[in-house]
Amino acid sequence: MSVISTKKLVKKFNGLTAVNGVDLSIEEGEIFGLLGPNGAGKTTTISMLCTILKPTSGTATVNGYDVISDQEAVRKSIGIAFQDPSLDHKLTGRENLRVHMGLYGVPKDERKKRMEEVLKLVQLTNRADEPTQNYSGGMKRRLEIARSLLHYPKVLFLDEPTLGLDPQTRRHLWEYIQNLAKKEKITILLTTHYMEEADLLCNRIAIIDEGKIVVIGTPDELKEKVGGDTIRIKCGNPKKLASSVKGKVQKDEVLIVTDKAEKLLPKIFKTADTKGIEIFSARIDRPSLEDVFLKFTGKEMRRETGSFKDIMKRRMRSR
Amino acid sequence: MINPEAIYWIWYREVLRFWRTKSRLFSSIAQPLMLLAFLGGGLSFMKVGGASYQVFMFPGILCMSLLTVSVMSGISVIWDKEFGFLKEILVSPISRLSMFIGKALGGASSAMLSSILILTLAPLLGVKLSLIMILQSLVIMFLVAIGFVSLGLIIASFLDSFEGFGMIMNFLVMPLFFLSGALFPLEQVPAWLKTISMLDPVTYGVDALRTIILGESVFPMQMNLTVLISFAIVMFTIGTWTFNRQE
Repeated sequence: MSVISTKKLVKKFNGLTAVNGVDLSIEEGEIFGLLGPNGAGKTTTISMLCTILKPTSGTATVNGYDVISDQEAVRKSIGIAFQDPSLDHKLTGRENLRVHMGLYGVPKDERKKRMEEVLKLVQLTNRADEPTQNYSGGMKRRLEIARSLLHYPKVLFLDEPTLGLDPQTRRHLWEYIQNLAKKEKITILLTTHYMEEADLLCNRIAIIDEGKIVVIGTPDELKEKVGGDTIRIKCGNPKKLASSVKGKVQKDEVLIVTDKAEKLLPKIFKTADTKGIEIFSARIDRPSLEDVFLKFTGKEMRRETGSFKDIMKRRMRSR
Repeated sequence: MINPEAIYWIWYREVLRFWRTKSRLFSSIAQPLMLLAFLGGGLSFMKVGGASYQVFMFPGILCMSLLTVSVMSGISVIWDKEFGFLKEILVSPISRLSMFIGKALGGASSAMLSSILILTLAPLLGVKLSLIMILQSLVIMFLVAIGFVSLGLIIASFLDSFEGFGMIMNFLVMPLFFLSGALFPLEQVPAWLKTISMLDPVTYGVDALRTIILGESVFPMQMNLTVLISFAIVMFTIGTWTFNRQE
């Protein structure tokens, strides 16, 4: 049974189509990634799934409940960590969590235990009695993820979970997310425009561009669609090697495109050896999700930073 | 539809926030007190209806802090919008009605908190308060606060940013305060001014508090209560309606 399912989901803002007929089917326990550049429609899709926005047309169910007719049941089933922080800065970490549990009606006798559990999961136990205005960006994001887990949601939405964080914090956060998928057994839908993030965390990825899903698959499947690996060899006699291993010469390198680079490499070495060609270096290039994106959308992923100023600018624009 | 627990937690957050933002708490008390000390002190040669001017304006000063904190608390939803906390409430499984009630009660409690702090200064002015008088005042204060927090919430639902904020203070709160007869006796003002003042709900709050604390009044208490209760109910109803309407 799919936990999240959408059919021909469309959202238009004043004639501008942000989401243009998205079909998704996400199974229980998956970490599913929506990958695409800013403005591709990722956040709009998530907003419709978590009942903040009403779809212009199409249907969607989350945990079996319709996002239009059964909003309250959907809201009870989901947890969300927003792209822009949504904590109360004047309240401490624990106070933020307590308010959340009250709003979601977490059983009273479980509250304390649950709160400490999620704090431990994101390693904020020691700082939880400080107002969140003292927190760093990474800590805020972690607390927000912890908060979204308090009411035992079936589905967790993470909207750009590491946007604007430094590389080290990002790596930590990835660990938390992987850890949580194991411990909490929940389905996670995350959006990102970082290729490595999608590659590392997700079981399946949908690439979304201009409101449409371009391709869906596991990271490996997607990479396979781009084509094989490329072996690059520097050697004493490139032309001779190229003709004997069906490669081509590019500058001073021999390039061989193949599906099974690992198996082919020893054979190439043997061939070179028998022909008396000295090999200086060899390297295997794997296709990245970046290549996948390029292939399916015909454009490069824009690299955008997530500084506070950019976030504010984007927000002003999105008004 | 109405979820008492959710209402409690929204109220709790609202009051805690107000209490913790010391600058807001401080200015909500300091501003009225400055008026009381400097304007009241400066005009202390005047007597109004047997009482000193300072004592006369005291109930008005209570209403001033009530009015400012109430409207501000209502409008503070813009802050929640801007800093994201509103989304946390909007995606939670509570109804807009519960959210509105929690906000309205939270704002009203904050407003009453600062007025109560001012009320404790009454003995310094030589005003003697009995327990009954305090309880009666609290009822009036609650009615005024609920009405104006709701008004603030309604305004906030039409605003997208803080930009309109200063305008509301200058063109809504200030006139409402000045017209209310908080600073002058309404019996002795020109007819045109009195007519406008009678359209201002704060007028009846000030008059009711003056009746309770000083035993002086322009309007009968029944009239004050009728206006204040109607105003609170109308604002509250429009408020819940605006909140439900929002997508």
